Amino acid sequence: MLSLALTLLGLLLVTFIIGRVMPIDPVLKVVGDRASQAQYEAAYQAMGLDKPLVVQFFGYIGDVLTGNFGRSISTGQLVIDDIRHVFPATLELATLGTLIGVSIGVPLGVIAAARRGGIIDQVARVVALVGYSMPIFWLGLMGLLVFYGILGWVGGPGRQGIIFDGMVPSVTGLILVDSLIAGDWAAFRDAFSHIILPASLLGYFSLAYISRMTRSFMLEQLGAEYITTARVKGLSEGAVIWRHAFRNISIPLVTVIALSFGSLLEGSVLTEIIFSWPGLGQYITKSLLAGDMSAVLGGTIVVGVCFIALNLLSDLLYRVLDPRSK
Amino acid sequence: MTDPLLSVRNLRVTFATRQGEFQAVRGVGFDLGRERLGVVGESGSGKSMTGRAILGLVRPPGRVTADRMELEGQSILNLSERKMRRIRGSRISMVMQDPKFSLNPVMTIGDQIIEAYRLHAGGAKGQARQKALDMLAAVQIREPERVMAAYPHEMSGGMGQRIMIAMMLAPDPEILIADEPTSALDVSVRTEVLNILDRLVRDRGMGLIFISHDLNLVAQFCDRVLIMYAGRIVETLSARTLHEARHPYTQGLLNSLPRLDAPVDRLPVLPRQDSWRDGGPVGESLETDLPGGL
Repeated sequence: MLSLALTLLGLLLVTFIIGRVMPIDPVLKVVGDRASQAQYEAAYQAMGLDKPLVVQFFGYIGDVLTGNFGRSISTGQLVIDDIRHVFPATLELATLGTLIGVSIGVPLGVIAAARRGGIIDQVARVVALVGYSMPIFWLGLMGLLVFYGILGWVGGPGRQGIIFDGMVPSVTGLILVDSLIAGDWAAFRDAFSHIILPASLLGYFSLAYISRMTRSFMLEQLGAEYITTARVKGLSEGAVIWRHAFRNISIPLVTVIALSFGSLLEGSVLTEIIFSWPGLGQYITKSLLAGDMSAVLGGTIVVGVCFIALNLLSDLLYRVLDPRSK
Repeated sequence: MTDPLLSVRNLRVTFATRQGEFQAVRGVGFDLGRERLGVVGESGSGKSMTGRAILGLVRPPGRVTADRMELEGQSILNLSERKMRRIRGSRISMVMQDPKFSLNPVMTIGDQIIEAYRLHAGGAKGQARQKALDMLAAVQIREPERVMAAYPHEMSGGMGQRIMIAMMLAPDPEILIADEPTSALDVSVRTEVLNILDRLVRDRGMGLIFISHDLNLVAQFCDRVLIMYAGRIVETLSARTLHEARHPYTQGLLNSLPRLDAPVDRLPVLPRQDSWRDGGPVGESLETDLPGGL
């Protein structure tokens, strides 16, 4: 718990320093470059920039803890409100992507290891290699071209079709969940048809990583002596693999999945841009290009907090899964 | 003499490698009755591989061939996985070297023993649990209830190996292969574990194949000893007449053991000869072992 607090403090320190050393004058951004020296000084003091750095830092911590990340100069909104808006879009996409990646990647990796050198192993190898090496923007564009442009199976860019925009009351910000809460099946189908392509794409990339890691964890376990014991008992190969080996790989696998989920939560900028997905990655990138530091730092802190939370979660799962950690 | 429990002739385990075929076991033959048979040899002599071949645990690219491999007159050579699984555990079982690695670290000890028992005996969970408790008591585990709920890492090496023995004997197999069962244990608990193993094996009238590199241990513990070298049996001896060994390898092994009653300044080094690799076995032949001829 202490280490988590320290990590968070470190994160805040880094974002604070970045915010101060960036060659962007926050005062000029507010008053504009035609302001008089007096106006500039007044704003400088109003923003508290005349105080010692330490005082500023503690003020900053207080602000962050109360959810005050300042105002975005490009949207004119409070950064926290912007993030409240874009983060669920990324969360929804990342969660579905990870679900796809895990539900296919884990069994694929297990089977590839169990039938090492067999056809499934070779296929899994090629699938993962393509997943690693294919640029996502190209795959995304091709996906849109084929499944949206030619076949018309999926919805196009964006989270919803235009007629559904704003039709479902926002409760969680996750449109799939909100439309279910509202009982609006048409909206759910529409949102699903929009998310499925980018989520599959992200899922494919996490599948590539997860299946390779699963395979190598599994091979390591299958060579272990307790597996021979299980075979000596007369257990079927399925029981040997799933009941004995898989329980052991589920421990390191938790970390792999958490990291992969975390990297998707960061916002996959390219995917979000190609699919016009109004998510965190796109928000941070746009703000960065506009020199909108409060927005960038606010987004960075949210991503950092997500990583810390995921680490905490995987540590807790470790304790549940591994009797040796007690 | 009754029919042997296990009869093996000309057993070979071959691995296809890039440099051609490598034979880990080259024509091993023996009969096992309700006795304690020691298999002694150095690392790579093929003794463990022989045990694994009997259990059908040699995995591709390894290949097992034999003129005969019979369990109570019934061939178990290259049986289908499904049929072999019914023999493994229930009729032939194995205890491995180090309980630290041979027990599943994330399953409770109780679950692991119950699994081994129920797989072959079936029955209700409560009955299997009782059997597991009985088995733990039989290997002199003091608090079986507590141990049932514990995980392997909470056990000492000696306890781990007794648990392993309890687990492997729970479905009442006829043959137990013990592959270096005491090599990973402290010397102080070694005898204790061996005595437990010995008692259980004798009480149940089982056949035991005791694989070891420790000639002294095998001589004390077994009825008969096979000496293996480079994938072959070079000599078969009765444990009582070990000192009458005629094969130079066995003699060399015996001479290189330090003796308290006849201390020497420098133990002799065992010089190996290429001719041992392919020379025939000496000592009691298989035929004299089984009157009536085979």
